[in-house]
Amino acid sequence: MRTEPILEIKGLRTVFRVRGREIAAVNGIDLVVHAGETVALVGESGSGKSVTSLSVMRLLARGIGAIDAGEMLFRGKDGTVRDLAALGEEEMRRIRGNDIGMVFQEPMTSLNPVYSIGDQISESLRVHRGTGRSTALEAAVALLDKVGIPDARRRAGQYPHELSGGMRQRATIAMALACDPTLLIADEPTTALDVTIQAQILDLLQGLQRERGMGVLFVTHNLGVVAEIADRVAVMYAGRIVECGPVAEVFRNPRHPYTLGLLNSMPRLGAASAMKRAGEKLNAIPGMVPSLADMPAGCAFAPRCGFAIEACRQNIPALESVAAGHGSRCIRWQEIAR
Amino acid sequence: MTPLLSVRGLAKHYQTRSTTLKILEDISFDVFRGKVVGLVGESGSGKTTIGRSVLRLIEPTAGEVRFDGTDITKLSSAEMRRRRPRMQYIFQDPYASLSPRMTIGEILTEGLKIQGIGSRAERLERAKTALEQVELPADAIHRYAHEFSGGQRQRIGIARALTLAPEFIVADEPVSALDVSIQAQVINLLRDLQQRLGLTMLFISHDLAVVEYICDRVIVLYLGRIMEIAASEDLYARPEHPYTRALMSAIPSPDPEAKRGREILKGDIPSPANPPSGCVFRTRCPSALDACATAAPQLREVRPGHFKACIRDDL
Repeated sequence: MRTEPILEIKGLRTVFRVRGREIAAVNGIDLVVHAGETVALVGESGSGKSVTSLSVMRLLARGIGAIDAGEMLFRGKDGTVRDLAALGEEEMRRIRGNDIGMVFQEPMTSLNPVYSIGDQISESLRVHRGTGRSTALEAAVALLDKVGIPDARRRAGQYPHELSGGMRQRATIAMALACDPTLLIADEPTTALDVTIQAQILDLLQGLQRERGMGVLFVTHNLGVVAEIADRVAVMYAGRIVECGPVAEVFRNPRHPYTLGLLNSMPRLGAASAMKRAGEKLNAIPGMVPSLADMPAGCAFAPRCGFAIEACRQNIPALESVAAGHGSRCIRWQEIAR
Repeated sequence: MTPLLSVRGLAKHYQTRSTTLKILEDISFDVFRGKVVGLVGESGSGKTTIGRSVLRLIEPTAGEVRFDGTDITKLSSAEMRRRRPRMQYIFQDPYASLSPRMTIGEILTEGLKIQGIGSRAERLERAKTALEQVELPADAIHRYAHEFSGGQRQRIGIARALTLAPEFIVADEPVSALDVSIQAQVINLLRDLQQRLGLTMLFISHDLAVVEYICDRVIVLYLGRIMEIAASEDLYARPEHPYTRALMSAIPSPDPEAKRGREILKGDIPSPANPPSGCVFRTRCPSALDACATAAPQLREVRPGHFKACIRDDL
């Protein structure tokens, strides 16, 4: 694995203006994605994981969401490093779909229903590289073949509604990879898919990444998917990264009560019968995620946390280093263990 | 003991201009009193169609649905309405299934009102009791659905099913729209309620891990046909059908150590307009033989209480 960072997010803060009030959906996060590695951003609804990926792509709804602070240093294909937070729309447009590929959750909404699959994939080649129409279409057919769509030439002439959900997601992946990006941002790319199709898509993404050495920022709510696909993981809660580190290390040895709670609340295949016999229950995390408009003082997780003490409600804990490359935003991390 | 729900030869076909879509074919199973039976499968497997058919929210094309001894497919709508309080439905989407214009009190008492049960005050009392059962404060009755989180709304959906004191509940993906920490809360709640109230349930889910926590028996569906039925303990310990095995193997495990050799099924689920001949799973099955294309395999008992629809015994 190479070690040069493709994306380096420093102190990113993204705010939304809602009824005259300013709400921070992402509140000071640091994150690095290196070439050839997959970094998973995991969290529940409202944790800020998708807002982080939208911030990197600069796709926040204008006038509503805005980057308030921080930098996002991105190394493009030509090797130059630029701060995405400071770029104008024109420059961003040259980067999106060219240096940064994007795959979203719902392939039916990210594809245009009135253009053929082949047209949509070749569009980015025509726009970013000035490739001629017929050459671009040939490239699109090759890409469709590459992402495992059988009978690629015929499929290229079809429209999104003629493809299954899994095939559509393969097509959006082909679209994202058309210009050979250095960074792929995949936001819940398998969430809308059936589990046997999800397995196919994860396998495809892993293969393509290994082959091309892209950095991948993978946004998901599914810890199983994280364990499957990522090298490193950042767990988000209420707009902050509460724990980060290598996946095997974080999952084996979680040092934040929220990560621990998430891992414990997941139903595990084949584990329930023994639990039922023993009269045990799933370890749910009590309460719910606080509203971003009404955040508790101190640690945002404290109201739901079994480890919380008075000090947790005073100050927002810093991200402390607990091991090499492993950080936890909990003042009691030394007492947290699986 | 006779089952509370007994389904025999259930089928549902939809006629389009050009073809017949066979959404369900030859579905037979029993649900005994106080037990929870899970229906699992991917999109298009027919699990929701079964759930709706057994409550006659849609009309089956063929087959019998015996509820407490009576074939309800033959009942008039008035007779059906009299039985509805005994059978209730919990929906997947806690946002779409609660009216934004009704207070929670109105939502919870609507069924009682339609059934002509109790006075206004008594109905409100029952609504409050139901809220207590799902661990929500009684003052929720004055509020509207948008004031609640997804997990709370799903509790309201459960409370609505409980106000009529049903014996039988169809829960259709009741935790699929919820975040994992909240999902665990609602799974625990459903299990508690089921045991405390002695409810009989048909639990529909695409998630085999969730089903295991709730269900006594599990039915695995694929393209509108039953692939396997077994007690949940037996099914998870020793799955017999190649589809069940593939489905289990496809679930990503949160243990990074457990990266076992995953079996990835090729291809897509076929269209119900043009299902494969013989076994409907054979086009994606890693163990298919030529014989699988000739006849649809019948469910047969491979161990006491464990049935599979697969001709191979050598896997």
